[in-house]
Amino acid sequence: MLPFNLLVLACLAYVIILFLVAFVVERRADGGRIPWLNSPLIYTLSLSIYCTAWTFYGAVGYAARSGLEFMTIYLGPTLIFVGWWWVLRKLVRIAKTQRVTSIADMLSSRYGKSNLIGVIVTLLAVAGTTPYIALQLQSISLSFAVFAAEEGPAGWSRPDLDATAIWAAAGLALFTILFGTRNLDANEQHQGIVTAIAVEAVVKLVALLAVGIFVVWGMAGSAGAILERIEAAPGPDWALQPSRWAGLTFLSAAAILALPRMFQVMVVENADERHLATASWAFPLYLFLMSLFVMPIAVMGLDTLPEGANPDLFVLTLPLSQEAGGLALLAFLGGFSASTSMVIVAAIALSTMVSNHIVTPLRLALRPAQGRGGGDLRRFVLRTRRIAIAGVLALGYAYYSVTGGSEALASIGLIAFAGVAQVLPALLGGIFWRGGTRAGAAAGLSTGFAIWLYALFLPSFGPDAVFSARLLAEGPAGLDWLRPQALFGTGGMDPLLHALFWSLSLNTAVFCAGSLLSFPDPVERVQGAQFVGVFDLQAGTRGWSRSAAEAEDLLVMAQRILGHAEAQEFFRAEAAAQGKATFLPDTTPDFLERLERRLAGSVGAATAHAMIVQIVGGSLVSVQDLMAVASEAAQIIEYSSQLEAKSEELERTARKLREANEMLTRLSVQKDAFLSQISHELRTPMTSIRAFSEILKDADAVGGADQVKYAGIIQDEAIRLTVLLDDLLDLSVLESGRVQLSLQTERLERLIGRALLASNSIAPERAFIIDRDQSTEQIEVTTDTGRLAQVLINILSNARKYCDAAEPRITIRARRSGRMVEVDVVDNGSGIPEDQQAMIFEKFARLSDQAQAGGAGLGLAICREIMEKLGGSITYLPGQGGAAFRLRFVRVLETGEAGGGAGGAVA
Amino acid sequence: MSASARPLYLARESYRRRRLMDAARLLPIAGAVLLALPLLWAPEPAPERATAHDTVYLFGVWLALILAAAALARRLAPAMEEDRGAGGAG
Amino acid sequence: MSGRVLVIEDEPNITEAISFILSRDGWDVACHADGATALEVIRETAPDLLILDVMLPGQSGYDILRELRAAPATRDLPVLVLTARSQQPDRDLAARLGASRFMSKPFSNADIRAAVREMVQA
Repeated sequence: MLPFNLLVLACLAYVIILFLVAFVVERRADGGRIPWLNSPLIYTLSLSIYCTAWTFYGAVGYAARSGLEFMTIYLGPTLIFVGWWWVLRKLVRIAKTQRVTSIADMLSSRYGKSNLIGVIVTLLAVAGTTPYIALQLQSISLSFAVFAAEEGPAGWSRPDLDATAIWAAAGLALFTILFGTRNLDANEQHQGIVTAIAVEAVVKLVALLAVGIFVVWGMAGSAGAILERIEAAPGPDWALQPSRWAGLTFLSAAAILALPRMFQVMVVENADERHLATASWAFPLYLFLMSLFVMPIAVMGLDTLPEGANPDLFVLTLPLSQEAGGLALLAFLGGFSASTSMVIVAAIALSTMVSNHIVTPLRLALRPAQGRGGGDLRRFVLRTRRIAIAGVLALGYAYYSVTGGSEALASIGLIAFAGVAQVLPALLGGIFWRGGTRAGAAAGLSTGFAIWLYALFLPSFGPDAVFSARLLAEGPAGLDWLRPQALFGTGGMDPLLHALFWSLSLNTAVFCAGSLLSFPDPVERVQGAQFVGVFDLQAGTRGWSRSAAEAEDLLVMAQRILGHAEAQEFFRAEAAAQGKATFLPDTTPDFLERLERRLAGSVGAATAHAMIVQIVGGSLVSVQDLMAVASEAAQIIEYSSQLEAKSEELERTARKLREANEMLTRLSVQKDAFLSQISHELRTPMTSIRAFSEILKDADAVGGADQVKYAGIIQDEAIRLTVLLDDLLDLSVLESGRVQLSLQTERLERLIGRALLASNSIAPERAFIIDRDQSTEQIEVTTDTGRLAQVLINILSNARKYCDAAEPRITIRARRSGRMVEVDVVDNGSGIPEDQQAMIFEKFARLSDQAQAGGAGLGLAICREIMEKLGGSITYLPGQGGAAFRLRFVRVLETGEAGGGAGGAVA
Repeated sequence: MSASARPLYLARESYRRRRLMDAARLLPIAGAVLLALPLLWAPEPAPERATAHDTVYLFGVWLALILAAAALARRLAPAMEEDRGAGGAG
Repeated sequence: MSGRVLVIEDEPNITEAISFILSRDGWDVACHADGATALEVIRETAPDLLILDVMLPGQSGYDILRELRAAPATRDLPVLVLTARSQQPDRDLAARLGASRFMSKPFSNADIRAAVREMVQA
């Protein structure tokens, strides 16, 4: 016999192993990709969250009550997966091109990035998932209770079911928050969790197969014997009922498409479309194996266990009755896996929906300034998600304690299925019919949701719980045709089928009628065309008209959502694609479109759209866009997209030429300016030298003290001349490529320390706060450390000279990035105006304000030359709240590659 | 290789691929029909149902569907590759 | 010789040299380094002669000169433009704006003493 405390221990050990698996994978995945992580096998196994505790325990109970009907729950998904070419492939492709984060986001995005749709689907998902989570908590506490009861009165006192459920809910919330809200972008998949779920998938399959094999070959003796028992022992309700068979197959097929957690693993976490091809047969195979022994276990349970034993727990009680404690423990862990994996993924999916479609839009509406800047939205969204996860689990627990966990597992599951299936008309209508509109979808969804609540969900609590027995029997206010379980006089139907039939058919009818009668706005039409024609229209249509959006504002906003490094990388790549070597691309419609999708990956389509609207403002869709939508025929679309590509090419060439021309003009002006500048720079010290030397020549006129002073001035000015000439020579040597690098290895921390010390002599009277993170500076670099220090000293000296903040502060951050090292130096002054950012690294360029002109003429040009020699670059980072420079260089420079990395730095 | 032979070969190849896609679309429909067959064998709930017989039949059809899907998926994967390559430019 | 000379020049060493040279000749020398407030200082000190640098922080010497010539009180003030820009276009511009005399840096001490003397006497 299995002692109860051993069970608790095994359970704890199992949980710890799961934590470790998730933790190790997250760690390793951070360092570099783990090859098998993105394999079709892991993808298929993660899909197994379809098989919850309902499958694990409930299927046997279902089979014991209704015979083969339990198979419908698995045959529906099998047909969907076998037919992946129809729907799944399209869903995944759309989700990838539109960067969809959840099923609510998918529909919101399809129907004109409408937040209304997002809110409805989110509410529907919460209502449909809460009972399901309650079901998992119930199965965990019930299975514990089975073992406690076995222990008998002599052992532990029977554990409080509620306490078990609370502990389970709290532990699951913790796990989900730890591993589910590390990344903000839902498209950066949750590798730790997915792997843990794959492990759980294996555990539950192995457990159920083990129990099945034990039952068939251990207890019955052979496969033939078990078939005889099946033949001999049909229960009273085992006959296949055609309506339920068809209806439930349809329902489970709908559910696998619409369940938020399935959408999460199947579509959102899909890393590669080709994994679908594998899953198309492997996932049905998994379901097949999970179902294979259900009938044998049910029949054997009915035959051998005492009358009145709960068939939902046969998987546990059968091995226990045969004194097979180890097998029972394995079965228990299998059931535990089934519950926990479902709850974790459902909580992630729901929290993403709640934060993206309800909380964040609310906050944006209440505080419109948020889109542009202000608080840290990224942190806010993460916090919202964490709270939402805890909230979802609390809701599941509340449902569990209210219903008392008395109903059979299967009925709760089917009710939840019917709820989420209301999404189906809008979903399929959205991807196959361009005529579907927001008004139609909203009306259809609301209708289906309302009927489901009225006819199925609320009556499921039993008479006199929510609806009075009288209302159930006679209808509201005696209106017979509105009886919840017999709408329009259809009393003869099975209650589930009745609700499913009326909710889905009216839902579909209202969706179609609403779509036919309403007229979509331009964004809806663009999205409709993109969703339905996802395989034809790869070029993507336009959502944004050219406008005067400030690229810098967009960068500031993007940094708050995507994080600094990622946003900067994205902007730089976009600018590079336009042929510009800055961080600020032109705000072309294409760029805005891509930025919006990128942001949508983090905060959802509707929110991303709203945030960009706040910055870009103005008209969103141009006449050109409307024409693109209106051109229906594929040929015309193809033809025009070719033209478009050509005119884009021309436009890009023209832009490059224009930029080159501007640069040349500026360079020519600069050259003239430089000559006069250099003349000024040389003549000024020479003036002092000549004047004072003439004074000194007239020896009798000058006192002893003055003589010393004037000689000192002559000396200083002579040094100033020398430095200027040195700089000029240095630059010309660097430019001509004749420079010799002397490579040395040094810790970055020491190098920065040296540079700080050297730059302290500039404006020594100003007390700067130096903000360093020395832990990030523990990087050994092999490069020309003298040259690198020269660049750092130059940047730091400039900061000391020009930072005009009352409490000046210099922030230094270092990080490794592949084979490169990046060092950011940021001050808190007023920074460099945008129109001059492109110029500062040009030779002899000077800032127009004469006050800032004192000697910055050559320093940055020299820095740029040096950094290129060190295989990297120096760039100005806009939008950091002060002057900010980023140095990039090769961490370990080989003698041969000096200067060769310059091209790589631009890419 | 001659210029005239090559297009012919390509056309045949892509023709085959189109029919494979058709097969992939037909498979779930065929599956649905096959899985509904037991309902037609005994439309009326009869006292002695052949549950064991149905069980074997249903699991058999299920396994056949899985095998068919696996065979199709193997051949469709290269087609997807090309599809993605063409779409990737956009 | 006596009279007040105001030097508008932002390089402290040059200011000091001019101030030393001219004080020795008996001039009363005042100095100012900022272009933006130069006009106010000129109005307050009402010098007999102005030595004006061109590249100044805040406002350039040419702008200051233009405004001086526009105001009746300073229309006839002798102004010596002293600059590191020595090209002919710079000289022409200075003359057009109403500079009394133009001198390029570096200068000889004797020249500047002579120039100041001549300009005040004229």
